[in-house]
Amino acid sequence: MQQTVPAQAQPLLRVENLQTHLYLRRGVLKAVDGVSLAVGTGETLGLVGESGCGKTMTCLSILRLLPKQSGRIVEGQVWLDGIDLTRLPEQEMARQWRGRRVAMVTQDPMTSLNPVFTVGDQVGAPLRAHGLASGARGVRDAAVKVLRHVRIPSAETRLDDYPHQFSGGMRQRVVSAMALACQPRLLILDEPTSNLDVTIQVQMIELFRELQNDSGLGIILITHDLGVAAAICHRVAVMYAGRIVEVGDVRTIYRRAAHPYTRALLDSIPHLGVRRERLASIGGQPPSLIDPPSGCRFAPRCAHRTAQCEREYPPEIQLAPHHTVACWHPLHEQA
Amino acid sequence: MLGYLLRRLAQGLLSIVGASIVIFVISRLSGDPIVLLLPSEAPPALIEQVRHDMGLAEPVWRQYLIFAGKALGGDFGNSYRWQAPALSLVLDRLPATIQLAFAGLAFSILLAVPFGVLSAVYRGSWFDTFGKGFAMLGQAMPNFWVGLLLILVFAIHLDWLPAYGHGTLAHLVMPAIALGWYPVAAQTRIVRSAMLDVLDSDYIRMGRAVGNPEWLLVWKYALRNAAIPLVTVLGVYFAAMLGGAFIVETVFAWPGVGRMVVEAVFSRDFPVVQAGVLLTSVLFVGANLLVDLSYGIIDPRIRYDH
Amino acid sequence: MTIEATALPIVPEGGALAALRRRLRERDLPIVSFVVLLLVIVAALGGVALAPHDPNGLDLGNAFRPPFWAEKGSFIYLLGTDNLGRDILSRIIAGARVSLMVAAYAIVFSGGVGGLLGIISGYFGGVVDAVIMRLVDIQLSIPPLALALVMAAVLGADFNTVIIIIVVTYWTWYARIVRSEILSLRSRDYVALAKVAGCGTATIFARHLLPNVMNMLLVLATLQIGQVIIFEASLSFLGLGIQAPDVSWGLMLADARNYLTTAWWAITMPGVAIMLACLSSNMVGDWLRDTFDPKRRQL
Repeated sequence: MQQTVPAQAQPLLRVENLQTHLYLRRGVLKAVDGVSLAVGTGETLGLVGESGCGKTMTCLSILRLLPKQSGRIVEGQVWLDGIDLTRLPEQEMARQWRGRRVAMVTQDPMTSLNPVFTVGDQVGAPLRAHGLASGARGVRDAAVKVLRHVRIPSAETRLDDYPHQFSGGMRQRVVSAMALACQPRLLILDEPTSNLDVTIQVQMIELFRELQNDSGLGIILITHDLGVAAAICHRVAVMYAGRIVEVGDVRTIYRRAAHPYTRALLDSIPHLGVRRERLASIGGQPPSLIDPPSGCRFAPRCAHRTAQCEREYPPEIQLAPHHTVACWHPLHEQA
Repeated sequence: MLGYLLRRLAQGLLSIVGASIVIFVISRLSGDPIVLLLPSEAPPALIEQVRHDMGLAEPVWRQYLIFAGKALGGDFGNSYRWQAPALSLVLDRLPATIQLAFAGLAFSILLAVPFGVLSAVYRGSWFDTFGKGFAMLGQAMPNFWVGLLLILVFAIHLDWLPAYGHGTLAHLVMPAIALGWYPVAAQTRIVRSAMLDVLDSDYIRMGRAVGNPEWLLVWKYALRNAAIPLVTVLGVYFAAMLGGAFIVETVFAWPGVGRMVVEAVFSRDFPVVQAGVLLTSVLFVGANLLVDLSYGIIDPRIRYDH
Repeated sequence: MTIEATALPIVPEGGALAALRRRLRERDLPIVSFVVLLLVIVAALGGVALAPHDPNGLDLGNAFRPPFWAEKGSFIYLLGTDNLGRDILSRIIAGARVSLMVAAYAIVFSGGVGGLLGIISGYFGGVVDAVIMRLVDIQLSIPPLALALVMAAVLGADFNTVIIIIVVTYWTWYARIVRSEILSLRSRDYVALAKVAGCGTATIFARHLLPNVMNMLLVLATLQIGQVIIFEASLSFLGLGIQAPDVSWGLMLADARNYLTTAWWAITMPGVAIMLACLSSNMVGDWLRDTFDPKRRQL
């Protein structure tokens, strides 16, 4: 499973058979159930799925930020720069990796900044924590540099402002500045929970593209909207009920989606100028991840299901060099 | 902001006027206020004099205005026990009371903040359970009993601290603990629940995701947010300290307003009682007002939003 | 409430006993507090009849007897005796009566006055509301004990004064909480519907508002028991509350303070009684609150 699309062949991040369990009062929830994926340098991977499918848990597992009491990685490896993050002691993970080589942006800019500290303080904190700047003056200068980097006008004077004095778009930039302060190799973008202005989203995407070109930053974009993913990402991994059901580069997924679930997601994207009778939506609910069915997890909602689907989980089939699907009856057979 | 300030100031003044009316009305409940204001052995000439000064023949509202007017000028009458103006007697005792109230508040906060933070961080652990039990226990112990137990243990049996009196820091320790004991429980609960909310917020998660160390996130970034609800009620707690001072001062023979008023009640020195209680009310209201106005220091949003 | 716990509908693995145990743990049913509170109530009702000795019986020959477990203690005076040879256990039992009586009167009156004003304030709003809430503000600007001192000075210290002082102090508490409850109830759909359907004010009160408010009053009242006990003890300790020959826990502490060096038990035991009574009523109150309204845990 080494599907890197852009020029580089060496993946930056490789997740192998990751299994993350949440120990809840109702039982053990298998939030991530054997996920493997890879992100190359300078590549953007879209991780797409409905809420609760495990995409956020996958990313929190990569960062090792699972809920302290209940979450645990029970199996699998997360290789970043040749190191298995799942084996690192927490101390080292915090000091040398989180924020330093892999960072995450929670994309609601309205709530992601601490309201009672200045922007300069918050952007400077990771720099200080990772020893990239020290002393009041040094941290300040470094923070200004980072803010300029994300194109915040008159960064020097804005350093002493509080988050509420910034517009939504500028706040998003500040949040990104925090994440990018230590020049991480991998950035995880969680989908916006509040409806951010579309123009701001577009601006941010352009900004990230530029940064990516400059520095070879690898990005994982978590989203429930395949349309957004199609616009931004090089490759897309579709997740359903704790597992990845289809991976491929954007064009392939868009044109030759093989998994019925991917198809359904694509059909639910509204197209400009195309009148349709109704938005295709998928009936039913994803299965419980506490006691998942043994067969294909999408089977109960799938129009193409057969007895086999309900009995046995489908193996991954390679349809094209960079296109795999886990389905008994893929919509597009091997090219 | 200015409008808000003025509105709060007006409310505070209204409360103080109200308090003075309440005290005035209560002092008229017993019938002839002369009985309260003068010792029983006062010469008839003096009684006539006071009766005239207070305008007791006038309608009640006029009497109140006379009372309020004099009170505003600082004239609550003379303490017949000390033969001195009641207000100045009380004011002399004020620094000791304020000192004690601050010490009590400081004790409770110094205990409540770490307790609250730690029980939120280690939610559900033995520490949290222990804290909960401790809090319930604290709220079931009257402050004067705590004071007596402290004296019993630390003054009588261990002989570490002076049992009563005023002057050195050692004198302050036990009264401050007795006074600050009770609010620890409630303040811990406030900090804990605020902290739980804050630790679950996006900005703390974001702070973790960029690699800020956990101790920094908890004790700097989360704590300042979690402190806001505590700060908003600090006025109430300072006021509670002033209220509690009446009894704790009596236990420890602390030369403050509270003990003076309690003694005045027994010697039927009503001018002192009136002056002391009204002064405490003014402090009470003033403390709340000050705290209201100081939110802006800890929460920058307040400064600009208004 | 214990009966409800045994009559569990589901009997999961481990049998009924384990289920009961689990349930007790989950709901934090304060069995011990119920028992302690019950003991206090029994002591209060039984009064002198339950006491092993006359609470006011002087016996100078037996003065300063320590509790039974200490050296020179005896089983005749389980918790020891005070400076006049009076049995401390008997006095604590007698004091329970005063404490609970004060609590009962104070709660009924302050709950009645405060609850009513709160309902009126919340339901009618406008000028009435503004006036009542201003009154609350004024009340809250005087420290409770300071007000108590003025009133004690004017009215003289006795049982009735204590009740009046507590009512004057605590009505605001009920008024404010009941008012906000009414406000939130009033905005709910079913009350609005009842209005639209033409129900009169009285019907809405009786059918929709009062039942909700009653639960809350019960919770508030239980939570107030502890505070009233402490308040009464404070007043009596200062000599401004219950007067001898009546017995009160606060009064016992005031007496014991004079021979603190001689008899540690005389200062400890009545305080423990106060603590246990408060602790148990607070826990029962907390439990009631969680049972009636799990969402309102911070009340």
